[in-house]
Amino acid sequence: MSTNGMTSWAVDLKDVGAIYPFEGAEVLMVIIGLVFWIGWHVIQLRQEAIEVEHEMEADATGEKAKAAIDRY
Amino acid sequence: MDNNLAALTTVFTEFYYWVTVVFMFLIHVGFCLYEVSASRRRNHLHTLMKNTMLIPLVTITFFFFGWWIYWAFPNGPFITGGIDFDAATANTPWSKTMATNLGDRITGVFWAAFLLFSWTAASIVSGSVIERIRSGAFWIHAVLIGSVFWIIDAAWGWHAGGWMVKLLGYHDAYASGVIHAIAGGYALGVLVVLGPRLGKFSADGTPRDIPPHNPWLVTLGLFMIFTGFWGFYAACNVPVIDPAGIGGQITGETWTATNIYLAPTSLSAITFNFLMSLSGGLLAAFLLSKGHPFWTYSGGLAGIIAASAGNDLYHPIQAMLIGAAGAWCAFKMHHWVERKYKIDDAVGAVAVHGYAGFFGLVIAGFMLWGQPSSPYEGFATITPWGQFVGAIIMFGVLGFLPAWVVSKIMASMNILRIPRKVELEGLDFEEDEIYRDAMDEVRKAEKAMVK
Repeated sequence: MSTNGMTSWAVDLKDVGAIYPFEGAEVLMVIIGLVFWIGWHVIQLRQEAIEVEHEMEADATGEKAKAAIDRY
Repeated sequence: MDNNLAALTTVFTEFYYWVTVVFMFLIHVGFCLYEVSASRRRNHLHTLMKNTMLIPLVTITFFFFGWWIYWAFPNGPFITGGIDFDAATANTPWSKTMATNLGDRITGVFWAAFLLFSWTAASIVSGSVIERIRSGAFWIHAVLIGSVFWIIDAAWGWHAGGWMVKLLGYHDAYASGVIHAIAGGYALGVLVVLGPRLGKFSADGTPRDIPPHNPWLVTLGLFMIFTGFWGFYAACNVPVIDPAGIGGQITGETWTATNIYLAPTSLSAITFNFLMSLSGGLLAAFLLSKGHPFWTYSGGLAGIIAASAGNDLYHPIQAMLIGAAGAWCAFKMHHWVERKYKIDDAVGAVAVHGYAGFFGLVIAGFMLWGQPSSPYEGFATITPWGQFVGAIIMFGVLGFLPAWVVSKIMASMNILRIPRKVELEGLDFEEDEIYRDAMDEVRKAEKAMVK
């Protein structure tokens, strides 16, 4: 048993192509990869919304904002 | 070089390794930048010199005995054979091939590629112990990890004839274990004895954040490490070899690049997987740390490190997901160990290199299960248990254990940690006073010249 079908290197390299594990499952891997990517955007947008909300609630008087502007 | 093809192959190989060495120099520049920026202003100069001076110390000791160890110890010794004096003889510091020699154009650049790995191993430890270790103690540790322990692990598990490859089917093509897990384990062994920086933990044991004095330069340092890592990856390959030159089971006449075990791979494969594992690590770490720059960059590094054991063989999407999982492992483990065991790892080196490297070795055992570890007959195939035992050897036996023992000895001799007073006033206190006096004097002198 081997995850890429090879159990030894007793081969002629001109006859060897793809050697990654689970060859044949490329479409499934792409789907998982796409879920990872889209999921990242969803979570990131949620996190950023919370962060912006916190920023909005901070410094009610505006004094710290003025100090931040002074610091450039 | 008895014909033009042999000459071209030799000169190409020589140039290839030379280029990797130049790239890898950036890893050290990055580590220095990162470490100095993470330290506080009153410790800058000592922090910089601590890391810089490991370069000459590890270089000369690697010339004197480190390189010999690699060629002498692939059998243990006394596990699969004795000391390999035949191979090691050409790599003694008095050998004629360890010098200017037109009959051998490869030894110098190959030695240098390994040497830059040695610097990296020592430099990983350097960041975690900043602001309280004595430089002299660190430099002894640097020689031990850079010119003794990592190169023993390379002989065992990163050598075409290494006993771990033969018996365990150990596969670690781009050094998740042989550089990162061992260096992380070594750093942990020192940290356990060294203790945290003053003020790191509150009275009830809650860890305090000690912010870097310059977060932007910390991340620039990590960016440089990413760049140097390209050279590191290329240096892990043999660029071109014919099957007859390998002398294993491969048939036919197709020339190939190989990994360090002389099993076929390609630069194209590792380029895909390097970038995808970096991306997986960055994406995961950004979410985990809620956009914290230090941890996002560190997560990118952890991503590459986690996928490195099998990045010659993974599919790019597999590398991306393993990279993401490696970043998760490093981030969570760092904070858990910090809270639970009061370990002050100033730059997260144990997590990013040690835990992610350990995880990467084990996951490679599952992903590459049953695949050949070597082009030679009689070697074990890759398995989860072989990789797990390998990870224990790298992180624990050759990393944590010797570091802990040597640190205990150093602590008993009172040469490990700087005194409390010096730590509070800063390692650069005296230099800073001298600089301030010199600046005052020159200011006064220049003002006196103004009419």
